[in-house]
Amino acid sequence: MDEVEVKAQPKTGMVTVYIMGQAYRVPAGLTILKALEYAGFRLVRGVGCRGGFCGACATVYRLPGDYRLYADLACQTTVKDGMYLAMLPSTPAERRPYDIRKAKPRGETLLALYPELARCVACNTCTKSCPQKLEVMEAVQAALRGDVAKVAELTFDCLSCGLCTMRCPAEIPHYHVWQLARRLYGAYLAPKAEHLARRVEEIAAGKFDGELDRLVRLGKEELRELYKAREIEPE
Amino acid sequence: MERILYFPGCALKDQARGYEEASLAALAKLGYEVKELPRWNCCGTVYSLAQDELMRHVGPVRNLIRAQEEGADEILTLCSMCYNTLRRSARFVEDPESLRRINAFMDDEPDYRGGVEVVHLVQFLEEIGVEKLARAVVRPLHGLRLAAYYGCTLLRPKEVAVDHPDRPEILERLVSTLGAEPVLFPERVECCGAYLTVPRPDIVRERVGEILRSAGLAGAQALLTACPLCKFNLEERRPLGAPRIPVFYVGEALAWALGVREIPAEIGKLLSTGVTG
Repeated sequence: MDEVEVKAQPKTGMVTVYIMGQAYRVPAGLTILKALEYAGFRLVRGVGCRGGFCGACATVYRLPGDYRLYADLACQTTVKDGMYLAMLPSTPAERRPYDIRKAKPRGETLLALYPELARCVACNTCTKSCPQKLEVMEAVQAALRGDVAKVAELTFDCLSCGLCTMRCPAEIPHYHVWQLARRLYGAYLAPKAEHLARRVEEIAAGKFDGELDRLVRLGKEELRELYKAREIEPE
Repeated sequence: MERILYFPGCALKDQARGYEEASLAALAKLGYEVKELPRWNCCGTVYSLAQDELMRHVGPVRNLIRAQEEGADEILTLCSMCYNTLRRSARFVEDPESLRRINAFMDDEPDYRGGVEVVHLVQFLEEIGVEKLARAVVRPLHGLRLAAYYGCTLLRPKEVAVDHPDRPEILERLVSTLGAEPVLFPERVECCGAYLTVPRPDIVRERVGEILRSAGLAGAQALLTACPLCKFNLEERRPLGAPRIPVFYVGEALAWALGVREIPAEIGKLLSTGVTG
């Protein structure tokens, strides 16, 4: 397909955005979230960390002269002139119950709980709607071929915003499947962190009890100094 | 070393791993470098094409685009279901209007230009030729009465048939080349019941009973298939009283004869040479 031509966007001044059908003039450069507040909306749902991590502010929008329906996080996307947008405060999707201690880290576990995975027609709409730019369809495909580790790896950065789930013609509840895959991966496939097990034993044996008791008795200033001087793991 | 691009399919990465491993080992022995597509998705499944929906061709055509991206004009398949689906889609988009609509929908991919042919392992072996294949056989399967079970997907619809849709011989030629004795039986081109194995296993049991009895009466000691679902049905839906005939993939028998896979004991004891392992 030919690329759709989108008109040049002003960097300063005011732009017009259509929020749920109503036109508002808002300053250029604001994020969608801030533009909503500028327009007078008080955000109770559909807002969270404001830093692109929590996935609460899923938004869909269209731009003039462009047939595509875009999907993004409202806190990470700046308004564009002529933008038509609506917030999706939540995505209805059923999470099927399972017992992680009995579940097998295999494709059949994913398919037994979420048989709609097999309805995927590889349309790739999920990938196109992911604000994290994950290869969502590839993850569905990895699930279909039983590669639980690959599913976990491909969806590690999933925020559970639900945009792919809202757009999927096969009605797959992606983020629940991904969470299951990552839990199976963590429980059965990931290399065991032996140092963690050792540390848990040390804690249980009371190795840090004395130090903890000392911290509890410290004053506010002493605690602050200690915090500033704390050891930080290198990046 | 000649190189061929390869589409595995989901079953060959999960339930039918043995088919892939044996086939790839055999093709390597024959001097072919088999390269798996770096990215691929589910073929689309034969079942999905039962509905006359354009959308169902998006998945298969996306795989043809992946082959196009690799600069290939041919893609090898082992699973007969994947072969069937991909080849039917390749035929479908030979119609310019269908191709235009598929390309317009997949605006996230470069346009598919057409021209990638989907080839099944049995066709690929036929292209290699009996002489070359026979020369590569180091453990001929002499004495084994091997019956090819074609089922549906290698033969129907006839536009994608690997041979004559009613009287195929391509697998029997392969069986002879591997040194075994081909066994013909009336049910060899009939359906095993396929996907009905989920909602109506009773129908599949009836079909599998017919197939196994027919093969048994003809004297088959083992069955050969290219389809993971046929294999599953023939093994798991065998009704009480039907003969128990072991089922193997085409690529497995090939790998035995080429000496790259162990011959299972149950087959080894049937060989006139008595050689196993």
